Parts: sequence; C-alpha cells; structure tokens
Amino acid sequence: MTSEPIQITKRPRKIRGTFLVNGEEHDVTYPSHKTLLEVLREELALTGTKHGCELGECGTCTVLIDGEPILSCLALAQAYENTPIETVEGMADGSDLHPLQEAFVEMGAAQCGYCTPGVLLAAKALLEDRPAADRQDIKDALAGNLCRCTGYIKIYEAIELAAARMRGEQAEPAREAFYGR
Amino acid sequence: MGGRAVGRYGGTVGSEVGEVSTTDIPPYRPTALPPFSIIGKPLPKIDAAAKCLGRTKFADDIVLPRMLAAKMLRSPHPHARIVSIDTSRAQALEGVKAVITGSDMPNAFGILPVSQDEHALEGDHVRFIGDPVAAVAAIDEDTATQALELIEVSYELLEVIGSIEDAVANPEPQLHDYADDGNLHKLVHLEFGPVDEALERAHLVQEDLFFYEGSTHLPMEQHAAVAEYGGNRRLTVWSSTQTPHYVHRALEKVLELPRSRIRVVAMPNGGGFGGKSDPFGHELVVAKLAMLTGRPVKICLTREEVFYCHRGRHPVIMKVRTGVTADGTITGMDFESYLDGGAYGSYGVASVYYTGALQTVTYQVPTYRFRGVRAFTNKAPCGPKRGHGTPQPRFAVEVTLDKIAERLDLDPAELRLKQLQPADSLTANWLKIGSMGLRACIDKVVEGSNWKTCFRNLPYGRGLGLACSSYITGAGLPIYWNSMPHSGVQLKCDRGGGVTVFCGSTDIGQGSDSILAYIVAEVLGVEPMEIAVVTGDTDLTPVDLGSYSSRVTLMTGQAAIQAAGRVRAVMVGPVAGKLEVPAERLVFAGGVVFDAQDPERGMSFAEAVALTETATGTVGSVGSYRPPKSPGRYRGAGVGPSPAYSYSACIAEVEVDPETGIVQVPRVWIGHDIGRSINSSLVMGQVEGGVYMGLGEALMEEMAYRTNRNVTHKWPSMLEYKSPTTHEMCDVTTYLIEDPDANGPFGAKEAGQGPLLPVMPAVANAIYDAVGVRIDEVPMSPPKVHRAIKDKARGKEPRFGPSGTPTVRWPEVTYVPRPVDGGDGKAHPRPEPAGTGG
Ligand code: FES
Ligand code: FES
Repeated sequence: MTSEPIQITKRPRKIRGTFLVNGEEHDVTYPSHKTLLEVLREELALTGTKHGCELGECGTCTVLIDGEPILSCLALAQAYENTPIETVEGMADGSDLHPLQEAFVEMGAAQCGYCTPGVLLAAKALLEDRPAADRQDIKDALAGNLCRCTGYIKIYEAIELAAARMRGEQAEPAREAFYGR
Repeated sequence: MGGRAVGRYGGTVGSEVGEVSTTDIPPYRPTALPPFSIIGKPLPKIDAAAKCLGRTKFADDIVLPRMLAAKMLRSPHPHARIVSIDTSRAQALEGVKAVITGSDMPNAFGILPVSQDEHALEGDHVRFIGDPVAAVAAIDEDTATQALELIEVSYELLEVIGSIEDAVANPEPQLHDYADDGNLHKLVHLEFGPVDEALERAHLVQEDLFFYEGSTHLPMEQHAAVAEYGGNRRLTVWSSTQTPHYVHRALEKVLELPRSRIRVVAMPNGGGFGGKSDPFGHELVVAKLAMLTGRPVKICLTREEVFYCHRGRHPVIMKVRTGVTADGTITGMDFESYLDGGAYGSYGVASVYYTGALQTVTYQVPTYRFRGVRAFTNKAPCGPKRGHGTPQPRFAVEVTLDKIAERLDLDPAELRLKQLQPADSLTANWLKIGSMGLRACIDKVVEGSNWKTCFRNLPYGRGLGLACSSYITGAGLPIYWNSMPHSGVQLKCDRGGGVTVFCGSTDIGQGSDSILAYIVAEVLGVEPMEIAVVTGDTDLTPVDLGSYSSRVTLMTGQAAIQAAGRVRAVMVGPVAGKLEVPAERLVFAGGVVFDAQDPERGMSFAEAVALTETATGTVGSVGSYRPPKSPGRYRGAGVGPSPAYSYSACIAEVEVDPETGIVQVPRVWIGHDIGRSINSSLVMGQVEGGVYMGLGEALMEEMAYRTNRNVTHKWPSMLEYKSPTTHEMCDVTTYLIEDPDANGPFGAKEAGQGPLLPVMPAVANAIYDAVGVRIDEVPMSPPKVHRAIKDKARGKEPRFGPSGTPTVRWPEVTYVPRPVDGGDGKAHPRPEPAGTGG
C-alpha cells in the first residue's frame, strides 16, 4: 500500500465566466478545460443538449451561437462566454412549442428523441437563413446530424411542414406520410 | 444458474403448475370492429413533446446529490491471463472513493441461462480488447480517469483466436470451457424431411456461398447507468437498458442481493436496436460501487466503449444449396451458417438457431436441412441486432432465388408469388403461420416501381432488385425457462377519470409507452392523453420481458386489452344498474359510457369510475399475456415460433458507377404486412427506419478488425464507422398491408425489425440488374463492386464473394418428420434410405 495520498497531478484550474444562454445570464465557476457541452449539461443542468460521441462526429450536441449551429462537444467553453447561446430549452415560447417542435411532434419525427434537440436547432438555423428551404437544402443542413431511428424521412417532412407554416401558409401533412400509399 | 427460477423453499417458481392460467378469463374482444376511435390513427406519441423540448430524462441526465463518477479499465489485449492487478496507487489518489476488480464480483452472469460466461469485471481471463478488468468511483470523471492510469495489471498473453477458421483449427486455448467443441460454442444439425433425395431429383440445384459482415447498432445514446444504495438497504439502478427484468436478475445473481431489495428503472433509451438487451458489466459495477461507497454512482460509457459492448450483427459465412423444379418451385434447401460470435455467449445460441429458423416461412420449402455453428473469437461479443440472426440467411435466400430466376429465365416476382407459404399453415420445421400478407406486399411494390417494364430493361448502370422477408412478432418462449406470462399490465382508474397503466416494457423510441395508452384508451373510450403510463420500473410495474424480438406491441398490447377489458367488466354492472339499461348495450366511447340504443342515456367515464368505486371499491385490474404453445417439440424448436409473422417485400433501385464501384440507391419501394396498425404513423416511422438501417448494412456498415490476428477494432468511432447520413439515405415509398392476425392485439403484427430484412438482398439483386455482377457479400462497398466489374471485363467470374466454408465436424443429425409426414413435432430416427448427411 502506498501510504501517502497521491496528489492529482494537474488539478484543473477553475475560472469564472458569464454565459448567455437562451436569453438568460449565468455566472459560472468551472474548470477551465471544460467544453461548452459540459458547462451546459453539468454546470447549468441544461441536459436537453445531448452527446453521442464527444468527438465531433454525430451532431447530437448541436447548439446555436449567434444563430449558427456549432458542435458544443468540440467548443471550449471559455471561448463562448458572453456570447448568445441557444439550446433546445430555449426554443419554445413559454408553453407554446416552436413551429418546428410542433411539426416534429405531429409527424413522429422524434423516435427515441436523442438526436432531436440537435436536429431541431440545425433546422431552426436553416429556416432562419432560408425560409423557403427545399428538401436538398434540408439534407445539406442536416448532413452532420446522425439519426439512427427515423431514416431522416419524418424529419424532412416535419421541417417542410414547419417551414411552410412559418411562411404563413396553411400546411397539412401529406396523407402518404401517415398511411403509406 | 439453471433455467428455472428457484423459490425460497426450494421449489421452482412458475414451473409447470398444470394449466392454471390467467388466460382462463376470456380476452376482451372488441365488439366494435373498425372503424376504431383510436387504433390505426396517426396520433402523436404521448412523450413526443417532452422529447422535442429536451425534457425527456435519459440515464446520463440523472444527477443526484453527492454523486460519484465511475470509470472502467479495459483490457488492451485480445486474449490474456491476468497475472496480477495492483490497485493500491489508484486507491491512494485523492478523490478516489473505491476501486474494484474481478475478485469483488466473482459471480458469473449472462443473458441466457446456458451461457453464464461473463463477469462484471474479468478476474483472471480477458478475451477481447475492451474486456473490463477494474473500476473506479471518484469525485468526478477526470479523477476517475486519472485513477485508471494508476492501476497496474500484468497480463500473460495467450494465443489469439481471430476468425471462425481459427476457432475450427484451434480448440486450444479455449475461450470458454463450456463450448460444444473446443472453441466452437454451439453446433446445430437439424433436418426436416429427406433433403438429399429432394436435391438429387431436382431439375436444378443452385449452390451459393455468401458472407455477411458484422455491424453494430450505433445507438445515438451512449450506454449509461446510475446506482444508489439507500439507507433502507435497497438498491436502485437506473439504466439505458431494453431489458430491465434481465438486469434485475443479473444484479441479484452478481451482488447476492435478493431481487426484492433491488429496483431497476429502465430510462428512455436513446436508441437500442438490440444493443442494450444484455445485462452489462457497467450496470453491475455502478451498483457495487454505490453499495461500497454509500453514495450514488454514475457511469456513462465513451463511444469507444460502446463499440466494445457491441452485441451486434454476427459475421456469417453461409452456404445454401436449393433444389428447384423446371418451373422454379423449391423442392429442398440445405443451409449452412458459420457465425463469428466474438468473445462471449450473449444471445449467441439463439442467434445460431435464428440463422436457420425462418427460411421456411416466406416460400414453401418442403424439405429443409440446417447446419449451424457459432465460434468463439477474441473480438467484441456479437448478439442481437435488429433482425437478430435473420438478415444474414435472408440475404442468402433472396439472392439465391434471384439467381435461380435468372437461370430459369423467370420473373423473380413471379417465382416467389407462385410458392408463397399459405396463411394458417405449418412449415416443414413446425412453425405455425397465421396471417400472411406477402402477396399483397409483392403486388404493391411491383406495381409502384413499374417493375414489369423496368426490370432487366434499364440502361447499363441502373437496375432494380426485388427481395422479400418475414419476421417474428415476439418469441414463443421466454429466455429463461418458466411458464409465467411474458407480459403483465396493471391498471388503476382514478375517480377523476384518469387511468394509469403500469407495465414493465421499455420505450426505446419505438413508441411502446404510447401503444399502451392507445390500446387502453380504445377499450375504455377515453383519450390517450388522459392516460398516464408508468413503464420499465421493477418496483412499480409488472414484469414485461423487454424490448426485443419485436414482442412489445403484441404482448403488452394483449395484456393491456385483457386488463382494460376486466376494468370494463367491473364497471358495466354498476353503470348499467344506474342507467337502467342491459349491460351488454353499454358503449365506452368519447369519454362517456352510454346506451348504444339511446346515446343520450349515459354518464361520463369519470362518473362511471366513481360509481363503480362506490359500489365495489377501488377500481383497477391486471392483465397478462403468454404466447400460444408451439407444435415443434424437437431440441432447437424453441427458436422460430412466434404468435404472428410479419411480411415485407422490397424493390430497390440502384445506380452503379462502373468506374468507381460506388452504388447509390435513389429509391426503395417497400410493402409491409403489419396485420393492423395500432398507430399508422409510428408504423411508417419503423418501416422507414428499418429501410435506413438495412441500407447502411447493404452499402457501408462494417464492424471491422485489423492487425494483431485481426482482433483490434478498426474503427471504434462514429466518424470511421460509416453509417448513412442524409446524403446517402434513399427515398422510401411505403405500402402498409393490413392482414390482421388472430393472435395480434386488434390484429397487429410487428414493424420494428421485419422491414430491414429485404433491403440488403434487394440492393444486391439490383446491382446485378444494373451491371451484371453478383456481390455475394455484405456490405456491398465500392472496392468489392469495382473488383467484380473488372473481373467481368477480364472474362473472369463476375462475382465478389467467399470461395469456401470452414470444415466443421457436424454433430449427429436431429431428424424431424414434417407435418406432411404425419410427424408429431418431435425428433425421430431418419427413415431409410438415409441421406449422406454432412
Ligand atoms: S457529441 Fe457527437 S458531435 Fe458532439
Ligand atoms: S430519433 Fe433516435 S436517433 Fe434520431
């Protein structure tokens, strides 16, 4: 038995910073090496942001910085202090779901729901940029978000439905999407 | 541990107790056949909003006060003896609360009673790179990770078994001493009717060799588990598991703590696909660490560790010889499969049998022989992945039929249509078929794809291919031998009109929680959103065996129908009395209980509950389900029987670039016989998701190994393990065929696994139509296609695929006379003249 306690070789330095998440300010004391994903989930208890790899490979941890999607697992938290961050928890307006969330519920676009927060945010960024996005635009925008359940099809259909509604059109799901041909 | 649950007083629990069965009470039969008020409707899932809001709590989202973080040390060697482990330096690290090794948890466990071959931490023998050997609980993950580096393990390396061929050639060193023969875990030899005679008399015997590479589930959620050992000496484990009941049993066995003091809560799974169906070392480890430290402990595996947990698709070499008449009618089939099982048993015994079980349920196969072997190798253990053991043989059968159609100049669709296995029949291997909607599935995809015009007529580089399949809707037998129900449901009706459904099932994204709500809502005539669903919690819910083998909708559905029917039966008395109408005229619909002949005469469901509570006391009920007995009685007959079989037909369109061998699949047409949709939108989602996963296996997914005798995982990352993104996924045209099955709830059959099965062979057959080469191997990746195209241009055999099978000494045949022979479902000596056997 070793008698002396072994000291942690490099005790992580804690730093203080302010994060602007979903329009709210949070002062956080956190280890300086933490990723934005870790600060959101572990320091702020915003567990809506998911992780599937923590290596930048799956898109599950997508959040929006100034409206642009980034992979929070690859983002050093320090670099995003005092920057507007949006997570899935910020999408709804009070108890009213965002039109994208509404359409995902309606179309069954969330099966296990694990990729869903990242996909929703990537879609939100797309539609803000291109309200008339077509199927190819959607595929391009989501090419970095893996979904293992849906085959992406209900996701496309939900985004198209939400986009039409956000443009003010009276859109309803296609019958084949629910019943097949 | 044997197959039976041993009771406290030595008797076996739930073993044969005659026919005392809960099914004595006749099941509720819906009086109103379609139209239904809820069944079939594309309603949102009851948990959809929570998932879209980011509020659904998955296992890694759990945070408890004073919670510690756990990490596991894993073997860097594929095969070794552990000489010694020194954890003292790790123990001494500041912030470390406990360090454990194999000697702390010596009891073996495993999903099947016949293969109890795993340890939470291996104590003396590691069998693959990634096998866990020690675990640490510390104040945070960083400290735990650092502690792992301070654990010193000394290994003595053993000879590595890297492949099936290796396992055949090297019975030593043995991975497990319980194997059937050396490193051959399980050997099977079954014959139904005189196969050799049938093949001798056949007009044509098509012989083919195939290889189906292993692949993994790749659920988006990494496995995670949290454990807490309370002051009341009860243990709670929250886990991303598909099978809380089996985790419960494994915890009892390994921790030597009675199950009555253990609570397992299955958290919503962020995808499972079979990858979270085994009890895992990490679930046992956090439990042990929580007991040792008196603090909650959490572990979340890294993605690399998820690759090591694996339990995915077995790599399988297959040989199939099929005898047909001049018009393509099958007269006999001789099928061999060789499975690379990896390092542990897992579900492997069932997997071997599944590679031979369902060949007979799509087309009539009058005589059939199956020989199968599963080898132990020093790789991550294989197990059940979506389609469990059936995609590989299905690939072989459907491609071989395509070749037969080509040789006999027949249309592959016609070839299949004329020999479909009839509804309500017995197969040669004694499987009982109920409803069978494959004809309609084939007709739909043939019409939708314009098959008659396009097949064999598209320009070079473009092609169409057809394949069909079938899958079980739940297994007929439980994993451990017992006669108890496979699924239980409990209902509680509140005097405010709310209904709570309790069931041990686990929602892995397929929507099983919602299915319970829809079914109970349909029977009781209330809205699904008025139903609270409590699932997957061994303290609160009656046992359901788990989310595997496509069993949940059928089995929990039947249990829910029975429970709701019983509540209804209790309520009709008081309500009929109060309304002064005959009980049989009461209708439960739209939140009201009323007289069918005078709808004005009625009361709200809440009033009806209050009235019943006044009359008879608290309103609640239970329901349960046990599958019908299967007619097969031979050894091995336990795998294959199911209450109902789903059917699918698929046509894939491909574009092959002959310069690069790149195959693109722009579109797939798929018809699926679902029996009846409980929720058509969820069925569509399962079909599309199944096509997606099949496409990934067809084109790119590979659990590949490299160097060091082929046992180091090549790509334990999501970047390198290729899976389809939005850019590779095809368009899907789906046709839902409803051919209700008498055993299904409202006639429903499965959708979660079946639609994956025909995709890979449809793509292979389409590649042949496009460029005239046979890719007898999955995945059909560009180098293989390119090579075959080049070979064809050079006048060589236009094919890529295996060239032989390992040489295995097969055991004595189990010969089973067929139903047409007047058999009794049991094995008997083979009648003269004997075939040549193996
Ligand atoms: S967690 Fe996978 S990309 Fe960030
Ligand atoms: S819904 Fe499960 S991963 Fe996308």
